[in-house]
Amino acid sequence: MEHLINIFVKAIFIENMVFAYFLGMCSYLAVSKTVKTSFGLGMAVVFVLGITVPANYLLENFVLQEGALTWLFGAEFAEVDLSFLSFIMFIAVIASMVQLVEMIVEKFSPTLYSSLGIFLPLIAVNCAILGGSLFMQERAYANIGEATVFGLGSGVGWLLAIVGIAAIREKIRYSNVPAPLRGLGITFIVTGLMGIAFMSFMGIQL
Amino acid sequence: MKALRKLLDTIKPHVSKGGKFEKFHSTFDAFETLLFVPDKTNKSGVHVRDSIDMKRTMIMVVMALVPALLFGIWNTGYQHFLVQGVEADFWQSFGHGLIKVLPIIIVSYVTGLAIEFAFAQIRGHEVSEGFLVSGMLIPLVLPVDIPLWMVAVATAFAVIIGKEVFGGSGMNIWNPALLARAFLFFAYPAHMSGDLVWISGFSAMEGVDATTGATALAAAAQGNIGDFSIWSSFIGTIPGSIGETSVIAILLGAALLIYTGIGSWKIMFSVFAGGYIMGFIFNLVGANDLMQVDALHHLFLGGFAFGAVFMATDPVSGSRTETGKWIYGFLIGIFAILIRVFNPAYPEGMMLAILLLNTFAPLIDHYVVQSNIKRRLKRAVV
Repeated sequence: MEHLINIFVKAIFIENMVFAYFLGMCSYLAVSKTVKTSFGLGMAVVFVLGITVPANYLLENFVLQEGALTWLFGAEFAEVDLSFLSFIMFIAVIASMVQLVEMIVEKFSPTLYSSLGIFLPLIAVNCAILGGSLFMQERAYANIGEATVFGLGSGVGWLLAIVGIAAIREKIRYSNVPAPLRGLGITFIVTGLMGIAFMSFMGIQL
Repeated sequence: MKALRKLLDTIKPHVSKGGKFEKFHSTFDAFETLLFVPDKTNKSGVHVRDSIDMKRTMIMVVMALVPALLFGIWNTGYQHFLVQGVEADFWQSFGHGLIKVLPIIIVSYVTGLAIEFAFAQIRGHEVSEGFLVSGMLIPLVLPVDIPLWMVAVATAFAVIIGKEVFGGSGMNIWNPALLARAFLFFAYPAHMSGDLVWISGFSAMEGVDATTGATALAAAAQGNIGDFSIWSSFIGTIPGSIGETSVIAILLGAALLIYTGIGSWKIMFSVFAGGYIMGFIFNLVGANDLMQVDALHHLFLGGFAFGAVFMATDPVSGSRTETGKWIYGFLIGIFAILIRVFNPAYPEGMMLAILLLNTFAPLIDHYVVQSNIKRRLKRAVV
């Protein structure tokens, strides 16, 4: 149990998708204009990460890995290594999940659906989502519980980052930012400074 | 006084709109309002008059910093002579400290104000007084042996990236003084951490035990907190950044800030409360050396008290809603102790905890405001 909490906290703060790896920046920069919509998008990312990482974990461990197919076809498949397919398989899983999320959001919250616009289907190519699955592959989590917790944790970390910057952007709307920096320029600077604040967690051993 | 007024009056037409040196209007304005009370009055409507304006607010904070500054100057000399084993009286210590600290203050003020004035001229807004405080805070949170050019670079970074890109005083998201410190901390760690930088001239001294230069927190991480009694941390006769060591001097400043209503007592109180509670919990766990440091002692070590009183209460970068202030302060206290205990690389958790909560202060405010709206809507419907 303690182990799972460690993975969760680590994924949110120490290995934050945005501030430690700068993943998922496109929707992070584009949709973070108001807290409300960014919270919606953040929740969608949490949901997608929470489902795709364990789904891809199963795929990885029972189909793609070297020798993973032995449970199905017996010992002669011990040499088969399908991991060269992992990118395309992971993306396929992610794309279908995003489709699902899109349908759910459209059904239950049409306002959020319209305010997210193109960025909702674009979650499919959000680097943070694929990044989550690839980190899962690289770190070789021991069981599906760990993978799920890691997926949810990275999602929550991304959510925290995007609502944080959305609140800041709502606040600096009243600031007298120099004209050339308005919009994305100042957002990049804010992201960098947020990164400095998140440096406080770097190096914590859990 | 009259001569000064006359001089200003002769210059004024030239820098007013349409004058020859119109561009320097904001520079002139800065000096005029610094020297004399502005005579502008409102032309219409009812206004509540209060003599407190931004200049006076800022000067009040600088005054609140004076005890910490004077103590820091004395302590710099005191520590210097103490590790050498040289007997020195009060004035010798003070004089040594003055020679060391004064250049840092001058560099910080000159760099910061020069940038501030330049921006004001180019962008055509007034020179703001916010830097009077930041310029004093920056030297106080630095170790005394910091090279002067680093002070200048850090100040420039803090003023430009931390403040001017957001539009100047009152619009920044992060506390500029803390950004300066964080910048140096990550860019030049050798000059900002370790055991060699906290006592003036320490690295050049020969035959001195290296551990005597460690800060209390560094010693605590090694399990040597016994070398620092709770009293010496409270009074402040320990190595550390220039202004952060003496809790007494900081509390004097805190009293002035609270009495004049400039610093929020809610933030100060909740920072200390959060820190104490977190320290207390860690005392019960007691898994490593820093966890075993007494909860009360934790509050006196490092920059905790200084940050709680002067940095967290910054009205611009902190939370602005009243409920938000409690949450904000409490989380600062908790995170400061958390980072201190769990992160071996950064024993000084306070700086990063405040920066982190500065990041989330707008979010806290947002949700406080939203919940207010929701509550009142409910009342209105019924």
